[in-house]
Amino acid sequence: MTAPMVVAQGVTKRFGSVEVLKGIDLTVARGEVCCLLGPSGSGKSTFLRCVNHLERVDGGSITVDGERIGYRRRGDLLHELAEREIAVQRRDIGMVFQRFNLFPHMTALENVTEAPVRVRRLSRAAAREQAHALLDRVGLGDRAGHYPAQLSGGQQQRVAIARALAMEPKLMLFDEPTSALDPELVGEVLDVMRGLAADGMTMIVVTHEVGFAREVADTAVFMDGGVVVEAGAPRDVLDRPGQDRTRSFLAKVL
Amino acid sequence: MSLVPSVSGTPAAMPTAPDVPHEQLRTVPMRHRGRWAAAAVALVAGGGTLWSLAKNPNLDWPTVGAYLFHETVFSGLVTTLWLTAAAMAIGLAGGTVVAVLRLSANPVLSTLAGLFVWFFRSTPILVQIIFWGFLGALYPNLMLGIPFTDITFYSASTSAVITPTVAALLALGLNEVAYAAEIIRGGIQSIDPGQAEAAHSLGMKPGLTLRRVVLPQAMRVIVPPMGNETVTMLKTTALVSVIAGHDLMSNIQDVYAQNYKVIPLLVVAALWYLLLVSLLSVPQGWLERRYGRGSASAAGPSALRRLLTVRAARPGGPRTHTRIRKGNKA
Repeated sequence: MTAPMVVAQGVTKRFGSVEVLKGIDLTVARGEVCCLLGPSGSGKSTFLRCVNHLERVDGGSITVDGERIGYRRRGDLLHELAEREIAVQRRDIGMVFQRFNLFPHMTALENVTEAPVRVRRLSRAAAREQAHALLDRVGLGDRAGHYPAQLSGGQQQRVAIARALAMEPKLMLFDEPTSALDPELVGEVLDVMRGLAADGMTMIVVTHEVGFAREVADTAVFMDGGVVVEAGAPRDVLDRPGQDRTRSFLAKVL
Repeated sequence: MSLVPSVSGTPAAMPTAPDVPHEQLRTVPMRHRGRWAAAAVALVAGGGTLWSLAKNPNLDWPTVGAYLFHETVFSGLVTTLWLTAAAMAIGLAGGTVVAVLRLSANPVLSTLAGLFVWFFRSTPILVQIIFWGFLGALYPNLMLGIPFTDITFYSASTSAVITPTVAALLALGLNEVAYAAEIIRGGIQSIDPGQAEAAHSLGMKPGLTLRRVVLPQAMRVIVPPMGNETVTMLKTTALVSVIAGHDLMSNIQDVYAQNYKVIPLLVVAALWYLLLVSLLSVPQGWLERRYGRGSASAAGPSALRRLLTVRAARPGGPRTHTRIRKGNKA
């Protein structure tokens, strides 16, 4: 058995006096698609942002591919890493945001080539070639020269996925990737994510799309109040939930 | 017959010829008679002022002509130009540093940057210029060393180092640092934090994120007020005449102190400042287009354009053009 891609142990996080994560334990295997579901304020987005240290965890640990994220252990203490060391760790972890966060002053192509050229030191020609291939893969080969403002929300989100893939990550994090989209544009983004999952990408997806979770996820995790309420195969968690909280949440969203 | 009495909707109230179909009715745009009257009054007043100037012998156009391209004026012009450029360069570079310090998580650096801005914005530029000009009265000697020790690397008399030109440059440059810092800080803070998060999640380090993602977007907010600052700076250089800065205004003053032709020489100065400021709008427009890439701009036509197209534009009313700005690269 190969080592898991993500291991979270006892992760806690507080904003001021509010404890938003109260000890999260989660393991994601290589090639696994893990969907985090739960009501807003349950801490699922915060947990996702801890995985690439956009939020610092206050206790516990997260490792990605065996490497501890954001901290170095010396004895019993975890020392936070410098920004540039964290930047190196983040190269291998792609992230897709609810609000896309494309760079508006760059074309779709430039959005996708920026990090490979500046961070991975890829040649401009190689980066462009790779970017064209990635834009083709998300179905936007003919939109390379468009600025984000000229693209629909669904197209922007697909460019954002291509931008993250350009760093050739081992792990992809999706933070409610379809929540800011008009209903008729959700499908095109989910299709791209389905394709990624089929290609064996390890993915953690915070989503409200129960249908997507049931169809694509290997593991569904239901969170509420900063804890994991239940986790397991989607057909168990989503169709035969063992906990009342899960049942009442699913009754509301379905 | 209707039970509700109609005031305007009855056929009797509509003086429409019954044989004209509705789709052939023409509309007549509102006649803005007040606008024409106001324009006529303004033209008469403006024309009268210009006429009184043109026929005023005290303006002495021959003297204006004689000095417009005079050697003294030109050398002052060169000083004014490089002083403006150098002070703005100091302001932009220093302002970026102070703005970043101001936004830094380090409370000491952030407070010091805030104090710097507070001090230089809260004292008149004229006071600062004279202060730097008379720095020798405060520190007769300047030395470079380690504070609170006797270690000195370099020492010189203040008057030898701080010439009037250096004093002018220091005063204008440091003052501009303070104003530029606030403009740049505002520009940086106007950018959605999600932009920096997206850059960080791609493995971009803080410096690279600032340079490639945040600042290029902030420039759209920064360029217009910085253009304003450059115009102000060009004219503010005239104040260094109080410490004999040899700029355009200093030299003009030198000339009229000798020949007493104050008004014609001030006209010479005004003409040059007018020309230089007008030329500055060219690079500003270029920069605004350069950093406006990818943004939808709702810019209406200029006042001059509206004046020239007053007839053509009338039926549709004011039009706004919304389009995406594209860069030069295809």
